[in-house]
Amino acid sequence: MSKNRAAVLGTGQTHHRAKRGDVSMAGLCREAIDRAMADAKVDWADIDAVVVGKAPDLFEGVMMPELYLADALGAVGKPLLRVHTAGSVGGATAIVAASLIQSGVHQRVLAVAWEKQSESNAMWALSIPVPFSMPVHAGAGGYFAPHVRSYIRRSGAPAHIGSLVAVKDRLNGAKNPYAHLRQPDITFESVQASAMLWDPIRYDETCPSSDGACAIVLGDERAATAVDRPAWLHATAMRSEPTTFAGRDQVNPQAGRDAAAALWRQAGITDPLAEVDVAEIYVPFSWFEPMWLENLGFTPEGDGWKLTEAGATAMGGALPVNPSGGVLSSNPIGASGMLRFAEAAMQVMGRAGDHQVDGARTALGHAYGGGSQFFSMWVVGSERP
Amino acid sequence: MVSVVEPLSAPLELSFAYTRSLGPTLGPFMTALAERRILGVRGSDGRVHVPPAEYDPVTAEPLTEFVEVADEGVVVSWTWLPAPLEGQPLQHPFGWALIRLDGADTCLLHAVDVAVPVDLCTGMRVRARWAPERTGHIRDIVCFEPADTPRAPVEPAAAVPPVAIVTTRVDLHFEHTASAQESSYLLGLQDGRLLAQRCPQCSKVYLPPRGACPSCGVPTEEQVELPDRGTVTTFCIVNVAFLGQHITPPYVGAYVLLHGADIAFLHLILGCAADEVRMGMRVEAVWRPRAEWGPALQNIDHFRPTGEPDAPYDTYAEHL
Repeated sequence: MSKNRAAVLGTGQTHHRAKRGDVSMAGLCREAIDRAMADAKVDWADIDAVVVGKAPDLFEGVMMPELYLADALGAVGKPLLRVHTAGSVGGATAIVAASLIQSGVHQRVLAVAWEKQSESNAMWALSIPVPFSMPVHAGAGGYFAPHVRSYIRRSGAPAHIGSLVAVKDRLNGAKNPYAHLRQPDITFESVQASAMLWDPIRYDETCPSSDGACAIVLGDERAATAVDRPAWLHATAMRSEPTTFAGRDQVNPQAGRDAAAALWRQAGITDPLAEVDVAEIYVPFSWFEPMWLENLGFTPEGDGWKLTEAGATAMGGALPVNPSGGVLSSNPIGASGMLRFAEAAMQVMGRAGDHQVDGARTALGHAYGGGSQFFSMWVVGSERP
Repeated sequence: MVSVVEPLSAPLELSFAYTRSLGPTLGPFMTALAERRILGVRGSDGRVHVPPAEYDPVTAEPLTEFVEVADEGVVVSWTWLPAPLEGQPLQHPFGWALIRLDGADTCLLHAVDVAVPVDLCTGMRVRARWAPERTGHIRDIVCFEPADTPRAPVEPAAAVPPVAIVTTRVDLHFEHTASAQESSYLLGLQDGRLLAQRCPQCSKVYLPPRGACPSCGVPTEEQVELPDRGTVTTFCIVNVAFLGQHITPPYVGAYVLLHGADIAFLHLILGCAADEVRMGMRVEAVWRPRAEWGPALQNIDHFRPTGEPDAPYDTYAEHL
């Protein structure tokens, strides 16, 4: 089935912080939306529909926040949809918005995602003592640390790879004015010396807890032709799988591999490492950079860490990964996926400022969520596909 | 085949004191409540919204023109609540009403304290009953009452510092129900037995058994009793303390694959130093005293090393 062309017309994000006590959830979303609409040079009358995403309601304790946010999101009199795919939701939200354009239903759609982690405590919300089970759960870090250990054992990766990623992403984040953590003085030694929170994951190898929002204005071909340097959508893909099943590959999940294969096929990319100029990959714990490089097919299984170790994922490398600083520098959970998608678009639009990858023409935005069970990703390019 | 058992259930209680950053519109509204005043905001079409809308419902632009309205108004519509729930404004039967305050164009939802439903009607005039304590919260209005009720004496309103954040405690009560398959396993645990089930299609042995095999979509059914010994596939050492934690760190949370099972479950490893726990380590269950047993995996207090040689990597690699 053929799709109509779609493109990113503009992006916006908040200054991500540990606590944005100065704004309500509505105000936080609007900060990102107003910037995205200014970037896209559109007004409310130009927006046909609004798609909103955020992580589980328990994180802020507001059931269906989209109801009370309808005014703030400019959704009065328009379709308003909520997307819900845990940590990948920001990416899934952008893809749902894109599908409303690709299907020919709407001309311009606003996608927005946010989290106000300071209103609650995600560690608590992710460690609910479910009756009859052992209460050993310890948040997202406690969930993913055993699988990181499995990756290290399986790939034979040297123990220091996780710290290399952390230093690289935080130094990148220092160049991003919107990043929550800006640590220009971080060193490999300081990361290694930081506390071991969920062995084998250290404090400095862990994402922060952030308040923040991201918004993207998407448009159809006619709308895109009217703006300067849109980011054209070359491919989108989403896949899911159960959290647990016998024989599940929790290090290199099938759903992620399937999504990536479909994505590259749709984009006409046969050698991702050679053909993609920059990637924004959802890396909340530093070891996930090599894990997802493999899952996405940038390297054969077991070789992802070699790209990282060789410096290929640093700025100036063969495949810069997370020039924005990534999730390791800013983690407003619901928005984190959309930030990856928006940053990918910013790169091919030439609007990434001090963390711009020179000459970026093809970029990947990636998100995952739940127990590595929801995957969403897109390829955007400076050229009309 | 196993006989069908009644599903077990148990309460799941969750409580959290959420904070609410109020922003530039609800902040002044809450601050005014602490001063026993009610603020609305004027929209682009001239309507006065109470409670104030941060963004205009017509233009979506931020609204900034505050308008003070009366603490008295008219009931536009209502319903009766014979059995109030925990946390609601009044703990005896009351009416929920949409109240249009004098000077406002939109309705505020609040409780009206009257004895019986016939005392409440559309069009009746009601007035705010202010709380003795002023906190800068919607709870500063206890409820509304008929406007001809004599005003209770309250201390004069005084200015307060701006209210920027309110705290809202949420208490959630769930009844968590296990599947029939999981329930047979839980009843087995009550007797110190580990009762897994095999999927009739893929033959994988699940502990706990599943109401639907995640791969095949059919319930597991053939019962398989497993030993209380197995292998650590992978693990992490939890060093971090957090709100609501049930086990004091540091502790080892490990995936334990029982002999004969096709899926590992999370449990606690003790009986050796945390840094001695290894992938492939052979472990056995340490049960709590029988008198403490219930239908729960906590009957096993923890797993401890058996001292046997580690399992070869290939024997558990497919479970990572």
